[in-house]
Amino acid sequence: MYRYDVIDKTLVDERVAQFRDQTRRFLAGELPEDEFRGLRLRNGLYIQRHAPMLRVAIPYGLLSSTQLHALAAIARRYDRGYGHFTTRQNIQYNWPKLEEVPDILAELAAVEMHAIQTSGNCIRNTTSDHLAGVTPDELEDPRPWCEIIRQWSTFHPEFTYLPRKFKIAVTGSPRDRAASLVHDVGVHIVRGADGELGFEILAGGGLGRTPVIGQVIREFLPREHLLSYLEAVLRIYNREGRRDNLTKARIKILVRSLGLEEFTRRVEAEWELIKDGGLSVTEAEVARVRGFFGPPAYRSLADIEPAAGRETAFRAWYRYNTTEHKVPGYRAVYVSLKKADAAPGDATDTQMDLIADLADRYSFAEVRVTHTQNLLLADVEQEKTFELWRALDAAGLATPNIGTLTDMICCPGLDFCSLANAGSIDVAKLINERFDDYDYVYDLGEIDVKMSGCMNACGHHHVGNIGILGVEKHGEEWYQITIGGAAGADASLGTVIGPSVAKAAVPETLARLLAVYVEQRHDGERFIDTVRRLGVKPFKERVYAAPAAA
Amino acid sequence: MPRRLLRDGKVVVDDWRALSETPAADDTALILTFDQWLSERDRWLVRGGPLGVILAPAHQAELLAPDLARFALVGAEFPGPSEGRGYTQGRLLRERWKFTGELRATGYVRRDQLFFLARCGFNSFELPDGELETAAAALATFSAEYQPSNDTGLAVKLRHRSVP
Repeated sequence: MYRYDVIDKTLVDERVAQFRDQTRRFLAGELPEDEFRGLRLRNGLYIQRHAPMLRVAIPYGLLSSTQLHALAAIARRYDRGYGHFTTRQNIQYNWPKLEEVPDILAELAAVEMHAIQTSGNCIRNTTSDHLAGVTPDELEDPRPWCEIIRQWSTFHPEFTYLPRKFKIAVTGSPRDRAASLVHDVGVHIVRGADGELGFEILAGGGLGRTPVIGQVIREFLPREHLLSYLEAVLRIYNREGRRDNLTKARIKILVRSLGLEEFTRRVEAEWELIKDGGLSVTEAEVARVRGFFGPPAYRSLADIEPAAGRETAFRAWYRYNTTEHKVPGYRAVYVSLKKADAAPGDATDTQMDLIADLADRYSFAEVRVTHTQNLLLADVEQEKTFELWRALDAAGLATPNIGTLTDMICCPGLDFCSLANAGSIDVAKLINERFDDYDYVYDLGEIDVKMSGCMNACGHHHVGNIGILGVEKHGEEWYQITIGGAAGADASLGTVIGPSVAKAAVPETLARLLAVYVEQRHDGERFIDTVRRLGVKPFKERVYAAPAAA
Repeated sequence: MPRRLLRDGKVVVDDWRALSETPAADDTALILTFDQWLSERDRWLVRGGPLGVILAPAHQAELLAPDLARFALVGAEFPGPSEGRGYTQGRLLRERWKFTGELRATGYVRRDQLFFLARCGFNSFELPDGELETAAAALATFSAEYQPSNDTGLAVKLRHRSVP
């Protein structure tokens, strides 16, 4: 993985010093709250329901075991013993004290981490495919490009006060596991006509109040121009994006109001003026960065069937929580953070320490965060999966549910977030209680449930096969249900099925939707495909046929 | 008390006047709003003294390009803490049209913005009095950077650390 050199190190250390001084001035009354706000946000620090919330960047979701140990230590020392992994591959702490945040940042800097630009109207953490480098279906490992973008976007002097936040995702595989179509900019590694690798660039995707699927603005960009092209996109956005209305300030609104063609024309015209300036990425630089992401020292192994003859529980786990690896004899292993009695995406300090130790033992000392709020050990010998499973299982980290109904994406909701209108963690709990029969859940197959506690859509509900959005009605928590959303290469936005339902009726509503699917599906057809084939109508009719019993 | 500002890292008395503060006919350094400039452009082109102009955030800096040589000062106005268009205006003026005069940040300008403003080409800053003496230190907040920008010289390439 990427390691800091003296320049990276200098920058994060100076950032800690800067924020320490800003916090001191704020606490001394020298810096008014409204001025401090923008500064703390650019360090990932929100003022939340109970306490500040600190969001720490995990660039493209990649962690060393040392870094994960440090995150565990911070959870123990400054928080209440846990952290929450997010859909943008970051981690959030819900209970830090404002005056201790500079110390937390200093501890992060010591392990080459930071909270820079994890919030605020600037370029956020660049996210990527959690299977980067190990999946057999990718054209090229996208992480070196993510790191190149990370550096370019960090403290970019021109783009630190954008109209609104700006999110970039990069993937190198035709199967989009990074939700790149719902990012402000999606970067896809593609092969050009002459066989050379370059990028397809999409813009204008996003969730939130107005969900939009990103559109292609350039079909093929030669690789040396990636940064100049991004700079052109950002410059047009910074100049033209709306600043009079926060809910209309994302780039998706600009793309829509100018029209794709005119937006693209402006970007291309700007790019023509800067493409041969100082932003070209040389092959030498690409090679230098790529060197950090070289394959680990794999052993020469053959594929085996580790599950053969093992107990049912292991077989289920192996089937659902591990996935194929491009190197024979290896497997990528999901660490499920979706246990029935815990908030989705949460991990305790002891779990984090354990996972870090397991990474040392089984996966070249690296851990990845998935955008679906699980962790991943990417390079595990198939032969070792059984002992790894036993260790994970003992710590409650082997719930065999990856890709199934109970592998829900879920924002922190009303319990923690000051923006939320409704709870989401407790709804996840209700769903888990209702669907506790694994045979039924496995029979349903691949299905994404995504839940957000408000319009801001941190839980990506628009692109859930089943989406659940918390809304407030007369002081009560209600839930609007959508179906037919998808986040991958075939991304689509869900359709609202009808009036929102009460909290207690959410599990029954899901049960009715799923019953229609089970009755109507063709052999081997996924839930999303049945919805696409039938439309919303039969689902809607079933849900609202009679009041859902609480 | 005369108005002071931070220019080239030093606190100085502002030697420029707005149109409302000075008779337009004399040779004092005069700052116009963009609209004042535009409405009587021919008059200002032949005026004797140094001329400056302030761009509002919505003004496209391109509009100044043909007359840029006439200006000894261009300002960008920051109406509030979230305004960011001036950063692009600054870079374009310096990098695309090679403006070499005083580039001034006006309006809501605070020490915590100075580092980025300077990297975008600004060299003078209208700050609240209470921040004037301490703000210069903010210009040295970071001693390294990831992007080429005018302050590192226009010819500076993206840092290729493989090449010493």
